[in-house]
Amino acid sequence: MKKTDDNERPLVEIIDIKKYFKTPFGLLHAVDNISLSISRGKTLGIVGESGCGKSTLGRVVLRLIPPTDGKILFNGENILDYDKKKMRLMRQKMQMIFQDPYSSLNPRKTVYEIIAEPLVVNCIFDSKRKINERVLFMMETVGLAERFINTYPHELDGGRRQRIGLARALSMNPQFIVCDEPVSALDVSIQAQILNLLMDLQDSLGLTYMFITHDLSVVKHISDEIAVLYIGQCVERAPSRELFQNPIHPYTKILLSSIPVPSLKSRSIQREVVKGEVTDPINPKPGCRFAPRCKYYKPECLSEELELKEVKPNHYVMCRLFG
Amino acid sequence: MNNEIKNKLLEIRNLKVVYETDLDTIYAVNGISFELDKGQTLGIVGETGAGKTTTALSILRLLPQDIGKITEGNIIFEGEDLTLVSESMMRKIRGEKISMIFQDPMTSLNPVLSIERQLLEALELHNTQNRDKNQLKARVDEMLELVGIPKNRKHEYPHQFSGGMKQRVVIAMALACNPLLIIADEPTTALDVTIQAQVLSMMKELKEKLGMSMILITHDLGIVAETCDKVAVMYAGEIIESGSIEDIFGREKHHPYTVGLFGSIPNLEIETPRLSPIDGLMPDPTNLPSGCKFHPRCPEAMEICSEELPPIIEYGSHTIVCHKFKKEGGVNEKN
Amino acid sequence: MSERPNKSVFDKKYSKKSQKKEIWRRMKKNKLSIIGLVIFCILVIIALSADFIADYEELAIKQHGDIRLQKPSKEHIFGTDQYGRDLLARMVHGSRISLGLGFFTTGISLAIGGFLGAMTGYYGGIFDEIVMRLMDILLSIPALLLAIAIVSALGPNMINLLIAITISQIPGFTRIVRSTVLTVVGEDYIEAARACGSKDFRIITNDVLPNAIGPIIVQGTMSVAKMILLAAGLSFIGLGIQPPQPEWGYMLSEAREYMRDYPHLVLIPGIAIAISVFSINLIGDGLRDALDPRLRN
Repeated sequence: MKKTDDNERPLVEIIDIKKYFKTPFGLLHAVDNISLSISRGKTLGIVGESGCGKSTLGRVVLRLIPPTDGKILFNGENILDYDKKKMRLMRQKMQMIFQDPYSSLNPRKTVYEIIAEPLVVNCIFDSKRKINERVLFMMETVGLAERFINTYPHELDGGRRQRIGLARALSMNPQFIVCDEPVSALDVSIQAQILNLLMDLQDSLGLTYMFITHDLSVVKHISDEIAVLYIGQCVERAPSRELFQNPIHPYTKILLSSIPVPSLKSRSIQREVVKGEVTDPINPKPGCRFAPRCKYYKPECLSEELELKEVKPNHYVMCRLFG
Repeated sequence: MNNEIKNKLLEIRNLKVVYETDLDTIYAVNGISFELDKGQTLGIVGETGAGKTTTALSILRLLPQDIGKITEGNIIFEGEDLTLVSESMMRKIRGEKISMIFQDPMTSLNPVLSIERQLLEALELHNTQNRDKNQLKARVDEMLELVGIPKNRKHEYPHQFSGGMKQRVVIAMALACNPLLIIADEPTTALDVTIQAQVLSMMKELKEKLGMSMILITHDLGIVAETCDKVAVMYAGEIIESGSIEDIFGREKHHPYTVGLFGSIPNLEIETPRLSPIDGLMPDPTNLPSGCKFHPRCPEAMEICSEELPPIIEYGSHTIVCHKFKKEGGVNEKN
Repeated sequence: MSERPNKSVFDKKYSKKSQKKEIWRRMKKNKLSIIGLVIFCILVIIALSADFIADYEELAIKQHGDIRLQKPSKEHIFGTDQYGRDLLARMVHGSRISLGLGFFTTGISLAIGGFLGAMTGYYGGIFDEIVMRLMDILLSIPALLLAIAIVSALGPNMINLLIAITISQIPGFTRIVRSTVLTVVGEDYIEAARACGSKDFRIITNDVLPNAIGPIIVQGTMSVAKMILLAAGLSFIGLGIQPPQPEWGYMLSEAREYMRDYPHLVLIPGIAIAISVFSINLIGDGLRDALDPRLRN
């Protein structure tokens, strides 16, 4: 066991992160003042619809794109202050799994080359024999048969490809993995296989995940805590069970009621359907961004900037009316 | 309901479709049969490569030329066998009597024509009632209103609409000629959940209002539970289980594959620490396993499963194609 | 290049499907490109064995006043030219210059253009802007005109000819490499490589270029043909190879006075240029299809 304060401190802390993109029409607020933290060995689920900034947030956390403002603490140290060399070393501890197993693997490399790449780049092992052993071990860990070692990604199916991506991410023994929609491109039965694998690996290797997805049933299954994003802002954050049992923000409620449930009961339930379209994230107006679609809308919702307030222990909401 | 034969809109009998390429033959659909009554919605569920889309394309005779072939079976629509009618006749049926909604709304809309133009074109192509231009334009407005798009946006181009709006336009185009049957191939897969809920509830409403039949192809059991009257579960080009919505979602007895599908979805209501997925992968469609196509992945496989084709076992409207239920004495055993 | 498993241990255990073999298998399916390849190989063999076929000094350079302008015969299969030189000897030795020039200039301009294209495509920004505007300026001048300008400024000789046609081809390569690199850079696996801690140089050589190589190779083969034509054109107007060196384009130009009475003097070099360009283009077409990994059959 390490020092106690090391264990209490969250592994990753995201503090006031902003990421704006310049567009011909103005500033696109992809991520707007989001603060989150993820404890060691836990999973933080990030849910939101397309364009809410969840993928951008994932990339900013790994410093694959530089944020406009804010801090990212990893083990208490701000990685945005690191120089290139230090950051490269840091990358061994934080990895990413991508959504599309068809575009995240270099089609000209064999499975072996893809999994060995991080090891070679970072000069982790001094001999090829050790690299070979590590690659075989990683393949076994993620459930890829040895015979695929010299095949090319396009010869394999989506599930196996996602396993390659996972093996690549895990090959350097990282502590933290950002999973950007890792199962959305897969068929349900394969999706379940990968989700189980991710959870088993978390248990055995003590991994910390940031799990980005638009699929609420998946996020509930895998996450300890969930943050709901809407147009660059975190509108609600709570432990997984709490969020599903007592959603507070109107957007979260609608999101939850929109999931088609595979049971007969769902036919009789009259579902809440939102009217209106998503607000433009370019130069958004102050105040609640969900207000134009919200059925509880009151003029004061747009009066001032909102903050995430703790309404119950560990349950944060950004809403004037229910916060 | 007094005359059952008249009520039947579509009947598919023992349909087999293959794709032939230079190298090999893909057995996409291997002898499926189902019926669809007027006003009914049939959900076809299955994973990638199960043959769902191929089934839909064969009904419309839109299989890729020279490669895709219907080798056996009949598609009887309003008493006429669609595998036999002429190409010009088929062109009339498409859009006018059967229309299709594709997964990606962007690819089914022409980016350089305004929404109004595209809808008008669809109407003009099938202008059986000889309506004049103004009447057609009025019909366009009516259609847009039906799918909830403000009339004043009809002069805009597809890129000016969001994904959900685009899919509404596509639906409006599909409905424009009052078809008897709509085939929707994963109509909401490309959309966000809240938008998906909007589109689905709209489709449900419209279907009831206009009294059409619908075949909904999807991989999402949730969507099926909510919108369909009948369900067919496909695996490797075969319907391995079918029945009414109550049969599939309410009964205990299921094909092991269906059980696996349900086990793969994280349940929102019950806490499950682990999912129970189906092991293995979809079989290679060029080299399908003998006997029951599912037996290599089936947790309950017996010796007989790899040797003999499974029997069709019927429990009223509920049919399961599996050896497992033979002993239990399903009624009206066939095959 | 990244390391493959230790040969002795791994290759015995797992048979690796070679991508080269795959490419060759797909290439073989295209009959036309195989015809092109065969013709091209014959041309290369002729060029390499020129000295064995005909003596350079005696037959290709030295003038023989007594046997001027002979029609094809047993002694001189292609006949002789206006100075009594054996046309076959000149054609054979000329192939060395024409083909060598085509490949050499393509190689150099591909290297420079490829480097610039990869850099601009990968980094973008101001560097990209400056380089690409420069290339636009070069592109706005027709290649032949540009080469003429360069050769006339530097003086007509072999080296200057090479420089001129090389420069005229650089913008084309820069453009094509940049645009393919741009599409590759957008792929997730580039981001994955970055997330692994790879350095930019390694990403460019290991991930970007191998995936952009298809269009580059195709453009390259097309360019060889273009270069031969360009050199022939320049020599034709007297700005390229200087006499008495045998070069196809120049031979064509020299012979045009005698075209009416001795058409073979024009036809033979003309057909030779046409055949080599044609064969290389066929190979280029075949390669383009064979290199696309998505066309698996």
